[in-house]
Amino acid sequence: MEPSLNEAHAPPAVEVIGLTRCFGPLRAVDAVSFSIAPAEIFGLIGPNGAGKSTLIKMLTTLLPPTSGTALIAGYDLRTQAAQVRAHIGYVPQLASADGALTGFENMLLSARLYDIPRSERQHRITGALARMGLADSANVLVNHYSGGMVRRLEIAQNLLHRPQVLFLDEPTVGLDPAARDAVWRHVLDLRERYQRTMIVSSHHLEEIEEFCTRVALIDQGRIACIGTPAELKAGLGPGATLDDVFIRLVSQQGRRPASPAPEQRP
Amino acid sequence: MIDAVSRFASQIWGIVAAEVQKLRHDPVELFTRSVQPALWLILFGEVMAGVRGVAPTNMRYLDYLSAGILAQSALFVAIFYGIATIWEHDLGILQRYLVSPVPRIVLVLGKAVSAGIRALSQAVIIYVLALALGADISLAPQHVVGVAGTLMIGSALFALLSLIIASLVKTRERFMGIGQMITMPIFFASNAIYPLSIMPAWMRIVSRFNPLTYQVDALRALMLVDGVSDFGLLFDFALLAGAAAAMAFVAARMYPRMGY
Repeated sequence: MEPSLNEAHAPPAVEVIGLTRCFGPLRAVDAVSFSIAPAEIFGLIGPNGAGKSTLIKMLTTLLPPTSGTALIAGYDLRTQAAQVRAHIGYVPQLASADGALTGFENMLLSARLYDIPRSERQHRITGALARMGLADSANVLVNHYSGGMVRRLEIAQNLLHRPQVLFLDEPTVGLDPAARDAVWRHVLDLRERYQRTMIVSSHHLEEIEEFCTRVALIDQGRIACIGTPAELKAGLGPGATLDDVFIRLVSQQGRRPASPAPEQRP
Repeated sequence: MIDAVSRFASQIWGIVAAEVQKLRHDPVELFTRSVQPALWLILFGEVMAGVRGVAPTNMRYLDYLSAGILAQSALFVAIFYGIATIWEHDLGILQRYLVSPVPRIVLVLGKAVSAGIRALSQAVIIYVLALALGADISLAPQHVVGVAGTLMIGSALFALLSLIIASLVKTRERFMGIGQMITMPIFFASNAIYPLSIMPAWMRIVSRFNPLTYQVDALRALMLVDGVSDFGLLFDFALLAGAAAAMAFVAARMYPRMGY
């Protein structure tokens, strides 16, 4: 699962440079720096309120940073937001597909927002739906979809413009094991076939351990540790899991009081 | 330049088309929403028709009221857009628009035009109702087109105002209070259901700063057989378009804050 040799020297898909976001006195994300190579599946883990969602919101241009910046697919978040948006896909934690529209209509909306040429729309939409196993449900209202189907539709929506970096914020939350497995199979397939870079946050650490090339553990707005799952577990003894890493690092540093909900509004 | 304009038009159409598709999937909403204007025309219209001096001397009150109720229904549809946007935020749909490369002004214009399309579909029902009640409504093509244009600009203007408020208050609960608080004066401090001439002087001044007054004035001139404008159609349109442009400018800067 390591990036191949010719990619190792390619410019990073994502380069985060001292990225900081304050909410009043709280530093939700505190001078975070790291980089992600092309075609990595990069895992973001950490306790609730650690700053994962704030970090993802900044990297997807939803939230302006207080200081620092990031280069996404080579474009600066602060000065080239429109280009960043054209080169990323984002599957938010909440359901972003519109339940009052059919799967196909949702895809059509995305195709128009991302300026996919009219001549290619139909072809790309049917292709993406088929790849996600939704060809038969294209004309069903999304309100009637299962949780796993909605997730797959949202990934399909984000494939139309062939983004270089795809952000998946807790893509498997609330899904049954079979649906979770299906989502991950599609994510892995995207990497194999199209060399997409993916950033995935999750609380299912066994998934992160199994599928991610590298992982960052975020705690109190900072990176507590970063590396391959094997590197993170090294030193914790045989049979250690990412759960052990998580529990050890997070409990060692002592928890700060509950933050005033920077990640979710009241 | 032409390329950019056609791209923006296509993006606006994408947002509007989604709205039209939703209306097609659930048309019941259109009918439930037309109950209130029907009640105004039938109940309020019937009672007030008997009161002397409300409508101008040469006009029946039902005719006078029809244009006002048309503007009212468009206003209520448009003001609803802010809360719909908060709802979209809470669901996660809003984030999808905000991470797309579509310029923010195009996003808010898409919402504004969607409000206009909804208002037009309501207008059809109000036309049928008013005609059935015997109102003296002009169906000349240039008048119908004029009414449609006025409704589009007016709805856009109030939908954008609603978006601005939504991006300030951010929660449905707070919006509900504020939405009602501003809808009442916009409606009652206007010429929608009675002329400015019967208002106290201070309220007449307030209503001259109210865009709905000019929307109703244009609607009344265009919708009715022998309708006349008090301020001049050109003035009405210029003022509405100017106000809508200003709202679009502000809304495009405020709307992204909803994604925070």
